[in-house]
Amino acid sequence: MNDSEKAGLPESPMSRRRALGVAAGLVGGAVLTGTTLDAMTQVPTAKVPGAMPAGGAAVVSAPAAPLPVAPPDASMIPGIASGPLSTRSPFEMPALTPVGITTGSSLTPLQHIAGTITPSDLHFQRHHNGIAVIDPHRYALTVHGLVDRPLVFSLEQLKRFPAMTRTCFVECSGNGRSAFRAPKREMTPQQVDGLTSNSEWTGVSVAALLKEAGVQHGATWVLAEGGDAARLSRSVPMDKMLDDAFIAYAQNGEPLRMPNGYPARLLLPGYEGNMCVKWIRRLEAIDQPNMSRDETAKYTDPLANGTARQFSFTMDAKSIITSPAYPTRLTGPGWWPVTGLAWTGRGRIERVDVSTDGGRTWTEAELSNPVLSRAHTRFEHMWKWDGRPAQLMSRAIDETGYVQPTLQTYRDTRGAGTDYHFNAIRTWLVEQDGSVYFGG
Amino acid sequence: MRTTWAGVVLVASVAIAGCRIESKEEFAGVPAAARATRLPDRLELGVAATPVGIASIDIDANPAGAGLPAGEGTHAQGIPIYAQKCASCHGAKGEGLATYPKLVSPDTLAGFPFGKDASIPKTVGNYWPYATTVYDYVHRTMPFTAPGSLTPNETYALVAWLLAENRIVPMTAVMNASTLPKVQMPARRHFVIDDRTGGQPFR
Ligand code: HEC
Repeated sequence: MNDSEKAGLPESPMSRRRALGVAAGLVGGAVLTGTTLDAMTQVPTAKVPGAMPAGGAAVVSAPAAPLPVAPPDASMIPGIASGPLSTRSPFEMPALTPVGITTGSSLTPLQHIAGTITPSDLHFQRHHNGIAVIDPHRYALTVHGLVDRPLVFSLEQLKRFPAMTRTCFVECSGNGRSAFRAPKREMTPQQVDGLTSNSEWTGVSVAALLKEAGVQHGATWVLAEGGDAARLSRSVPMDKMLDDAFIAYAQNGEPLRMPNGYPARLLLPGYEGNMCVKWIRRLEAIDQPNMSRDETAKYTDPLANGTARQFSFTMDAKSIITSPAYPTRLTGPGWWPVTGLAWTGRGRIERVDVSTDGGRTWTEAELSNPVLSRAHTRFEHMWKWDGRPAQLMSRAIDETGYVQPTLQTYRDTRGAGTDYHFNAIRTWLVEQDGSVYFGG
Repeated sequence: MRTTWAGVVLVASVAIAGCRIESKEEFAGVPAAARATRLPDRLELGVAATPVGIASIDIDANPAGAGLPAGEGTHAQGIPIYAQKCASCHGAKGEGLATYPKLVSPDTLAGFPFGKDASIPKTVGNYWPYATTVYDYVHRTMPFTAPGSLTPNETYALVAWLLAENRIVPMTAVMNASTLPKVQMPARRHFVIDDRTGGQPFR
């Protein structure tokens, strides 16, 4: 999906991406001239008429690439030859932002995602001391602690277990913090909630590995530790480990991307991303939680009543409209799809309601099938815009009957200083001229 | 329990609590439970981990003191180590520089106001519930540019420095594997276990 195409021509300041979207809309017309096959394969720097250089871009922080040139009519000229890896159309430039981070986050451009799967190179990243570079031939996962047979598994051995494949989301429990603490009208879906991504993962169940090692009575938790420079460590309840936890070595059909934990990571469907330890090197069966920094000083939820909630693992139901949303602009009244993503760590999304009047009335949106447990679910509601100001909201309801709270309920219940699990209903304000802004 | 794609076969032994595990064989119409019974309990994969190999990565310490190594340190011993290895990022007094976190806040706060006010920095002194976590974390990953480089004695000295600067232990306290687990952190009593369960009401 290209939001510029979907929502029409943006007004200035025009971002590079939107400018390219405009150009893409014109491919096949007479605007792009002077193109040769050579020029196309070299992705020349020739200016595309009407396109503007990067600047004021709210979304793109990647360095400016040469502007693409397409032939006036691709059906009149042989196409280019295949290469070893296919690349995106040069007209499409989705990007994580911000980048260059070793402790902190790079967010997924949710507004550029169609369907439910996050392209692997757009999966959000949250590192605590950079991206570990690990030689798969030297990789080892040690399973020890309260087990009968402490074992070391090579990557090759992990792949000899029966493989399991499942689609699930990974969401950082800090997702939505800046939108809650310091909302700005000029926030994109990426900036509001880009710390969630959804992939098809393949790997081996942790239960199989623990069975191999023989877990002893009294082992109630498992310490999971990464082989990165943060040696990130989290205690995971044994019940979860024996239920649906798995060690993934593949993501969307290929080995994990390096920033997502290559060559192997832990996945705990529905639990906060920090616990899904990347670059996993060690699983230790233990009889009490380790109380590591990331389950005490971090990833706990201070509440207004003077307590802090600990072991708040599950990500509750949440949704966000990804289009229309800032910085797109509706070019005029008429039918527009209101679409976005919903997910819950407690199972399946039961229903998503959409409101166009700030929550006074709600209409049930369509869900794209299949609706998978603990996975991003796409919703869409066709809306006939009458050209007047509107307030767009989505509200997710999951199979436990949980209803995504309003911002007011959320703030009153948790407190203004709460620190994780920001899942209140988000609002987009549509103005009379069709511009769309984040409304908190 | 849940039915498979193939039909009505229960896969209770593999798929628990509402999670469908889509194995290769389910795609082929063979229920996972049937496969599980075909396989032996163990596949005899993996090689025995050696005590030396385990010791090289078994770096965690828990609140009971398990995992804390021999060695010890004091605030006085921590002063030069902190100045040399930590102050460049965390500030001479642990006040935090630029985006690097503040480590010291000795002032007592009324109540535990973090839920009301996000602007109050959470530190070892006012928010960390367990003293052993300080050892575990510092030894595990600090200094940021050379994780894993601190000796146990250096780490104990830095832990003593951090706890004393935060006025949790006396300046003269000796930190080691038996004293550290006994340190009571003031924040501890404010922590409660997650009570969210799904459904209603919103918590
Ligand atoms: C190069 C900069 C740098 C140096 C030097 C450094 N740190 Fe850190 N420290 C960091 C960063 C960055 C973080 C936050 C890491 C994260 O959360 O991902 C941190 C976090 C911490 C924390 C946890 C703070 C909290 O409340 O979560 C402690 C404790 C700490 N450092 C202690 C030390 C000690 C002790 C030393 C000296 C041995 C040291 N640091 C040296 C950069 C540094």
